[in-house]
Amino acid sequence: MNNWFKSGSPWVWLSAGGVSISLISVLGLLWLIASRGLSYFWPADIYQFDMTDEQGKPLTVIGEIYDRESIPTAQLVHLNLDIDESAETIERLLIKTGNRELVSLDFRWILVPQINKTSLPEELVVIERRTNGNFYGYIEDIILDGEVVGQQKMAELVERVSDFQTEIEALQKTDIGAINYQIERTRLKERKHRLDETLTAELEQAFKDEVASLKAEYQVLEKQLMALREKVSRDQIVVRAMDGQKVTINFEDVLHITFNNKLSVFGKMKLFFSQIAAFIVDDPREANTEGGVFPAIFGTVLMVLLMTVIVSPLGVVAAIYLHEYAGNNALTKLLRIAVINLAGVPSIVYGVFGLGFFVYMVGGSLDQLFYAETLPSPTFGTPGVMWSALTLAILTLPVVIVSTEEGLSRIPSSMRHGSLALGATKAETLWRIILPIASPAIMTGIILAIARAAGEVAPLMLVGVVKMAPNLPLDGNFPFLHLDRKFMHLGFHIYDVGFQSPNVEAARPLVYATALLLVTIIVALNMTAVSIRNRLREKYRMLEH
Amino acid sequence: MAIASKSANYRKVKNSLAKWMITLGGISVLFTLVLIFMYLLYVIKPIFESAKVEPTAQFVITEQSKVLATGVDELKEVAYSITEQGFINFYQLVDGGGHKAGDKILSEQLTDDGVYIKQLVNVGQEKKLLLDSAGNVRLVVPHFFANFDSGERVIVPSIRYPLGEDFLPLDEQSAAFTKLSFAMDDEKAVFVGFTEDKRLLKTTLLAEDDFSYDTAFDTEYEEVDYTAKAINDILVSPDLAMVFVRQGDQVAVFSLDDEEAELKATIIPQLSQNKSQPYHITSMALLSGGSSILLGDDNGSVSQWFEVATDQGREFKEIRRFNVSENEPVSAIYTEQYRKSFYTETPSGEMGMFYTTSEADLWRGKLHEGNAQAFAIAPRADGVVLFSDNELSIFSVENEHPEVTWQALWQEVWYEGYPEPEFIWQSTSGSDDFEGKFSLVPISFGTIKAATYAMIFAVPIALTAAIYTAYFMTPGMRRKVKPTIEMMEALPTVILGFLAGLWLAPIIEIYLPAIILLLIFIPASVFITAFTWHKLPRETKTRIPETWAPIILIPAILIAAYAAFALSPVLELHMFGGDIRQYITNDLGIDFDQRNALVVGIAMGFAVIPTIFSMAEDAIFSVPKHLTSGSLALGATQWQTLIKVVLLTASPGIFSAVMMGLGRAVGETMIVLMATGNTPILDWSIFQGMRTLAANIAVEMPESEVGSSHYRILFLAAFVLFVFTFVFNTLAEFIRQRLREKYSSM
Repeated sequence: MNNWFKSGSPWVWLSAGGVSISLISVLGLLWLIASRGLSYFWPADIYQFDMTDEQGKPLTVIGEIYDRESIPTAQLVHLNLDIDESAETIERLLIKTGNRELVSLDFRWILVPQINKTSLPEELVVIERRTNGNFYGYIEDIILDGEVVGQQKMAELVERVSDFQTEIEALQKTDIGAINYQIERTRLKERKHRLDETLTAELEQAFKDEVASLKAEYQVLEKQLMALREKVSRDQIVVRAMDGQKVTINFEDVLHITFNNKLSVFGKMKLFFSQIAAFIVDDPREANTEGGVFPAIFGTVLMVLLMTVIVSPLGVVAAIYLHEYAGNNALTKLLRIAVINLAGVPSIVYGVFGLGFFVYMVGGSLDQLFYAETLPSPTFGTPGVMWSALTLAILTLPVVIVSTEEGLSRIPSSMRHGSLALGATKAETLWRIILPIASPAIMTGIILAIARAAGEVAPLMLVGVVKMAPNLPLDGNFPFLHLDRKFMHLGFHIYDVGFQSPNVEAARPLVYATALLLVTIIVALNMTAVSIRNRLREKYRMLEH
Repeated sequence: MAIASKSANYRKVKNSLAKWMITLGGISVLFTLVLIFMYLLYVIKPIFESAKVEPTAQFVITEQSKVLATGVDELKEVAYSITEQGFINFYQLVDGGGHKAGDKILSEQLTDDGVYIKQLVNVGQEKKLLLDSAGNVRLVVPHFFANFDSGERVIVPSIRYPLGEDFLPLDEQSAAFTKLSFAMDDEKAVFVGFTEDKRLLKTTLLAEDDFSYDTAFDTEYEEVDYTAKAINDILVSPDLAMVFVRQGDQVAVFSLDDEEAELKATIIPQLSQNKSQPYHITSMALLSGGSSILLGDDNGSVSQWFEVATDQGREFKEIRRFNVSENEPVSAIYTEQYRKSFYTETPSGEMGMFYTTSEADLWRGKLHEGNAQAFAIAPRADGVVLFSDNELSIFSVENEHPEVTWQALWQEVWYEGYPEPEFIWQSTSGSDDFEGKFSLVPISFGTIKAATYAMIFAVPIALTAAIYTAYFMTPGMRRKVKPTIEMMEALPTVILGFLAGLWLAPIIEIYLPAIILLLIFIPASVFITAFTWHKLPRETKTRIPETWAPIILIPAILIAAYAAFALSPVLELHMFGGDIRQYITNDLGIDFDQRNALVVGIAMGFAVIPTIFSMAEDAIFSVPKHLTSGSLALGATQWQTLIKVVLLTASPGIFSAVMMGLGRAVGETMIVLMATGNTPILDWSIFQGMRTLAANIAVEMPESEVGSSHYRILFLAAFVLFVFTFVFNTLAEFIRQRLREKYSSM
């Protein structure tokens, strides 16, 4: 034993333990996010628990099992329950009961010893709704245009209503939105003329006519909208909740009706994938705690693309300077220290700088110069997607520089010499020889920068991200790309829904799903970058021989 | 030939153009860093500047009699004077509204004919109590209204009578007052005065409806039980809670909370210790907010007093003292309406500007020879007006951030209402007269606390993992393990923070004993596995070589962890009475937050492990092979070689790796934001949270008003973070460069 310790072997094992713990934590973390995130989409079984409550009355609880835990019996003694007190712990279940209009809480704890019978009735239905969350219960009646019809009509009805809803949405968002936008633009144009003192009587009249015609159009659309709403509100469904109460739900509220307990594994799979698809393409509902994350994905992608456009040329040029042009002098040393520090400065500092310099100073001046007609409400003098992209471009600049420079340093100098010897200028050598060979390294740098930017939240909280953006930064209204608009971001969505939403417990699965989406994107980007880099290294190794 | 040279020229131009463009692009990186640094400094600079007072205009104005009071409107466009003869005259200060600067635009008589003003009492910034020679009292307010009718802004002055134009019936016996003061809100006005027949009276005017639109009132009289020959000053606090009555060197404080005014304290300043010649109080003023009084004495100092909770109950204490003048008495103290700044004046006309809470000595100077007849602070505190010797002078005052001094940011400050000086960060609150408390100490402390716990967790794991990966691992396994651990660096911290706050924190709260058990179980499981392997027969050992240790240990550690969590409830039941949280709060007397330093330490530890691991591994791996081979050849064991040769050689690199990790932990925002309660406390306790500089910026920046002290202090916090990480990164990079040169020379 003593010899064994003297050999140092236990310490080697202990250091191996460090590796094991790191591996466990990385893989465990990914597994945790993946399992929790994916289980959000998997159609859960709906249980019916027949139980006896504290007063000895029978009670029925219907819902999904959300969590289970053991608690020491000692903690429950004061409740005077009729349970076996000899057991050290008692199991209890957290049930998601939904039906928010009947009970204010989505969840309730039940004690396992109080359950008399657990069953999975096939007729139990889950109704996913636009408001008030899920409803669990039994279908009693279907009402079509005020008349009771058979249950077999249901699928048809859901489809019909969903078609109407799509139409309503298109009307509201696209058509009416566009008209409102045009009215606002006309008002601003008029104001601009007024400020420049170029507003003539004819112009004023023209503007007035334009607004009047737009308003007339608006009236027509509004009538259409009312008619559609009228149509949609006639179909209803009557359901019975777990306590026997009958609830009437309008079909316009209904998104999906599924009999989870009836579904086969194949059916569940189908539902699983359709739910993932819906999560990606749908808008959020109920203060972001339900529905999809499409605007957040869109915002993240757009912001990152803008950032790429800014950071790529800057980073590549800086790397070329450092590797190809800079001499071995104090300035170069300073530059390298600057690059290291840009990489090491906390991201929130970039946020502060972005807010002060870009938003208030640059943006404020832009407003004064070009958008005087909208003042005092700011256009660029407020956080927005352009400032976010600029801020993150500075933040990710060192990533591109370091990666590009590494690629440049792997190019054998014989290639440069060959090109120069054949009479090419340095610029031509760079453009025709060096850059094409280094392009995979540049790609790697850009991908790593994108991965970094996609996961960064702290600076964005200051320079442009919001919990709920009414409009996407890209839409059908001229000039189509609205760089001044605020946007939603996946990372911020996680923070906001997980920590700022009114019903954190109910929103948690959605946060896991969002986290899974973000992690998948970032891990995939990183793995791509790493594999490109590895392939590149192999290639240069071949070049050297 | 000509074509060829043209094209050669063109190529040359293109070549040098490219060179210049690329050089410019390269330098722009340095420029960016310098720009960030300079911009942060540019925003911070104003908070450390002292105040500036500069004359803006002067007008020669001949008044018929002595000027008793002056004042100016919010925009400093119209000023007024009230003369002893009972006239108020308004003067235009800038051209506009059809008037030239210096024109008298309105004059009104405030007293009856033949009666002069015996005494004028300034209450707050705008209310003037006029005591005339006939013994009557009237309240007037010079009022300003901005009129935009003509397209440009015109300030129109007028006179208002908040309690009616009639004389106020303040004494049933109709005696004249020698001293009088008052304060009012919408419901009542409380007058406290000392009459010529030596009675201290309290008269309350109760609004029948509301004074803001109806001046009708009922009157209540009360004679306060207090005897004095003469009284020097009376002040009523604006919240109608207290009255301060100064008689010589004593200040009696009466409480107005009850029906009857009751003496609650007497302030007797210690004025003349060690002096043969006694000093006396010469002036008194109420600080903005009404809970502090300022006493000036003839030794040239001003002391601030407020009520403090002590063991003997609440009592008035001297909080701080300002040296205003070397040898002159303080003849007057003027206080600002909204901030805790005050101006002092001495008989020779020396003036000073001070801020109480930050103890800032903002400005000293002379605005005029001799004592001014009347002096007033502009409503926005951005200027002062002065009337003396037929001259009306306007000065602009630049004093945006008096509450911030280096001392107030980093030292204990005694705030009003607190029992003792403290470090407090509390930037906003619900009430309007709230005073921002900006001490960077608690949030800097929180930053250090969070980073420390993270490092305690991360350094052992990261370094042991780095040592094993670089030195003992087979190349094949290293190629897989290293990128896997480094992938953790790419994980967004918002996800780590979210898991820490919503998943880890509740687990730790429930299974706290398991966390303690893990500290024992994991090393134990490692040793047991190692020993078991050691005792295995040789053939098995060759089939499962020692280089597989990390893989073999994974199940062992998982089993140990499972055991720890399974035993946790049992341990809790038998050692901590079934509920460890209650045990900690009740039996140990330690506060327990669900989102505490332990959670942050673990979560942020995970975030910095890859940083430290990656750099330390590089440093160890690049130790020249001939050094280790030499050591092994001389008979040292692998372990001895590692400790005595490899780690020693790589130690600067390991140090710089830890530095980088620390830099990252200090600046990390999202994890701390989500995994702690963000309360700015000064406590090392592992069961309590903290607020860090970075999280503080993220929380408060979106709500801070641009250009305010709060905004600039948040920039200062960012600057502190910037400088801190700059030093750490530069140091680490410097060490790394040195090490690289050392290796290459070996």
